[in-house]
Amino acid sequence: MSDSPAIAHSAPVEGHHEHPSYQRHHFETYEQQADTTNFAMWLFLLTEIMFFGGLFMAYLIYRNWYYPAFVAASHQLSIVWGTCNTAVLISSSFTMAMGVWCAETRRRGGLVLCLVLTFLLGLVFLGIKTIEYTEKIEKHHVPGFHYSVQAFTNPASDPDTYKEYKDKPMPLDMARHTEIYFFLYFAMTGMHALHMIIGIAILGFMIFRARAGAYTTGHVTFVENFGLYWHFVDIIWIFLFPLLYLISRHQ
Amino acid sequence: MTDHHETEETQHHVTPPIVYMVIFGCLLVFTALTVAASYIEMGLWNPVVALAIGVVKATLVVLFFMGVKYSTKLTKLTVAAGLFTFLALVTMTLSDYISRAWGRW
Repeated sequence: MSDSPAIAHSAPVEGHHEHPSYQRHHFETYEQQADTTNFAMWLFLLTEIMFFGGLFMAYLIYRNWYYPAFVAASHQLSIVWGTCNTAVLISSSFTMAMGVWCAETRRRGGLVLCLVLTFLLGLVFLGIKTIEYTEKIEKHHVPGFHYSVQAFTNPASDPDTYKEYKDKPMPLDMARHTEIYFFLYFAMTGMHALHMIIGIAILGFMIFRARAGAYTTGHVTFVENFGLYWHFVDIIWIFLFPLLYLISRHQ
Repeated sequence: MTDHHETEETQHHVTPPIVYMVIFGCLLVFTALTVAASYIEMGLWNPVVALAIGVVKATLVVLFFMGVKYSTKLTKLTVAAGLFTFLALVTMTLSDYISRAWGRW
């Protein structure tokens, strides 16, 4: 205790040294501040990996338990819409990456254009998802009281899917497990879509701020870290797409 | 003061657009590949191939779009720790489910 004032005084007392207005006072340099926020953003993304990881784990285990039900249920998804959405999402990741570049090189117009394109591609993704969800609602494939196993106990009653896959009728005790597939389908794509909605809302806010020149002053942390979030949501879809749509085509 | 810090800190890396364009092209090609692969009958290998292509795509996104290739060692370590923890949890959960009914049939 007695020598602590001495330690405090032994530290060099510096005045308010020059730094950009957006640099917080407790950071030595802007680089240090940028690295720190980058690290913090990645820690947040790690919690997101664990969060989605639980859903992927549940999918893996249930798919092994009720394999025939999962195969037949996944035949209900449209590979065409899934592929379109993958392309849309990858394009939005590209426009977002270009937005980060525009912010870093202080191109305000380019940044606004990239953010608007990302915003619109995000909306296109959700629009296609809505088309897919609507079809599930119409076919009573949403888990709950109105869930119907008819397409699985009697595949011929669902001509569009039947002419492509020629699935054999399933006994009721296996067919009812298709509801678990659709539960996981809605949980995973729904949670992904929620992340998209949050991202699109933040993009809307960023477009206004970018028009005012907020991110083209050299302070690019917000755009960069939002980019990390947007690319992360893209990665989740990169795994959802093959797992839900593609891998059971032939079984 | 400033001289001292400039030697210590690395300059902020700016990824040129050409890199983003090449990665974007690669991602679209891999998407086409994974869809094409799903139309080929490979039995057990269908999910393996699909996931392998997914891992390649995710790696490209992490390294270039998210800039981990050019980021600090701390960030690289953080990403690796996240991946490791995820895989460790998957392995432990699976080993539990696989071994749960041993000796009961």
